[in-house]
Amino acid sequence: MHGLIFRTLEAFISDAFGRDHWTLAVALADLPVTSFEAMLQYDATYFPKLLAACAQDLERAPSVILEDLGAYLITHQNHASVRRLMRFGGDTFSELLHSLDDLPGRTRLAVSGLELPQVHVRQPIPQHFTIHCSGTPTGFGHVLVGLLRAMSDDYGTLAVLDHCGVRDGAEVIEVQVIETAFADDRGFSLADSALAHSA
Amino acid sequence: MMSVTDLLMAIRPLHVCIGPTGHITQVGKSFCKLGVGNPTGARFLEVFEIMRPTKPASMSELRGLAGQVLRLRLRAEPGLGLRGLVVDDQAQGAILDLSFGIAVVDAVQRFGLTARDFASSDLVMELLFLQEAKSSAMAASFSLNARLNGARLAAETDALTDGLTGLHNRRALDGALSRLGKSDTEYAILQMDLDRFKQVNDTLGHGVGDTVLKRVASILRSQTRQDDLLVRAGGDEFVIVCPGLTDHLRLTSLAAGLIRDISEPAKIDGQDVTIGASIGIAVSIKAERGDPASCVSRADVALYAAKRSGRGQHVFWSADMGDTLAELVLPVP
Repeated sequence: MHGLIFRTLEAFISDAFGRDHWTLAVALADLPVTSFEAMLQYDATYFPKLLAACAQDLERAPSVILEDLGAYLITHQNHASVRRLMRFGGDTFSELLHSLDDLPGRTRLAVSGLELPQVHVRQPIPQHFTIHCSGTPTGFGHVLVGLLRAMSDDYGTLAVLDHCGVRDGAEVIEVQVIETAFADDRGFSLADSALAHSA
Repeated sequence: MMSVTDLLMAIRPLHVCIGPTGHITQVGKSFCKLGVGNPTGARFLEVFEIMRPTKPASMSELRGLAGQVLRLRLRAEPGLGLRGLVVDDQAQGAILDLSFGIAVVDAVQRFGLTARDFASSDLVMELLFLQEAKSSAMAASFSLNARLNGARLAAETDALTDGLTGLHNRRALDGALSRLGKSDTEYAILQMDLDRFKQVNDTLGHGVGDTVLKRVASILRSQTRQDDLLVRAGGDEFVIVCPGLTDHLRLTSLAAGLIRDISEPAKIDGQDVTIGASIGIAVSIKAERGDPASCVSRADVALYAAKRSGRGQHVFWSADMGDTLAELVLPVP
């Protein structure tokens, strides 16, 4: 499994709860690794163990941790590039949702070897989207919920997102876009990339 | 069917239409972002400079380039290369369809372009996405490499250093000797043993013994040159390798100075501690330069001779001592 996934969990737990909690989680998970590098590969069985250990230590459900991790990726200044790369998906939150089918492909373009579940988006009725995620890592749907919730804020769009569990082997997310100009759009300029890199 | 010019306006944001007189009759909507205002009405060749494949001087020469890819630039922005295709409009004029090519990344930064400034079929957004993603991934890779390299350097240093004194260890000595063996440099090797160190260790404790070793290390550092290799080979044995130093007088002065300073009584943890040192010296011999190990062995023989003749002395190796300890002819005491 790609080190970026582990590194992200490590950064999130350390930044949001403190390094001690990460140290404790690693000890609870009984892994031979104590810190992860973004650009190395690790045994995929580590991930569920680590997540369970974090859940035990922080006394919250794994799904909640994953959702917060998604939001953290968009809002934390250390990961400004993730927000920017997501904004390449479109000018509006709805366009971004429509671009999610391309997410695994875009991710592979960005970091070869980083495999994400296949994402399939449908819009059965206007302003209502259904997102299916199939494949590993399981629980990615929860990360996507947190990430999209933060992105809707970023676009200034009011949207309600729900993880509806697993149907036919795919995680299902329901999104309802309520108001597109609910708050200020944080904005996105192609020309800001230099700023994002120095962050 | 809409007119060609309206069609161009709708789908090609970076096109230029040129009339039969060589004047610009229409430009795509993204031109206003490029800092040249609206060039409509200006002479095409005064706004643009065509670099390749040839430099047309007239409208007919320009139309002659139809079907070819041009490389050109705005005279007002000479740093920004453009690419374009010329099409003969069949009415004595020409149409140029332009793109930034690989310069698009710079153009976006320079002019604050947005997705709407490009044709929606253009892959420019994918290119920019890839460029940003690649930069982020490279940054992560560089930071990993920097950390790994730091760890490697630290591990290498640790592997070549004696933890107690900070001098080099035997592994570093082996490396240095093998490098010397391959070079043309003459050198001297000094083997030094401390006298009465074992008694200090046994009677005053290892703590005092360690402090004595550190003191000796600092004396070695202060009396030797930058290029000399200082090695704690184990216990109370030290080796000094002096590249380029073979002069007997200078080596004598070095050895005597070391023995004098080490033999100075010192107060350690409130205890008076007096030790001494014996030194054996061997100098590389031109013909045998290739074998530093034999030079070390000779320095060892000389050290043994120094100890036998009453400690607190230095002795140069001489041929009559033999090459190894086994051959050493001991004077009858």
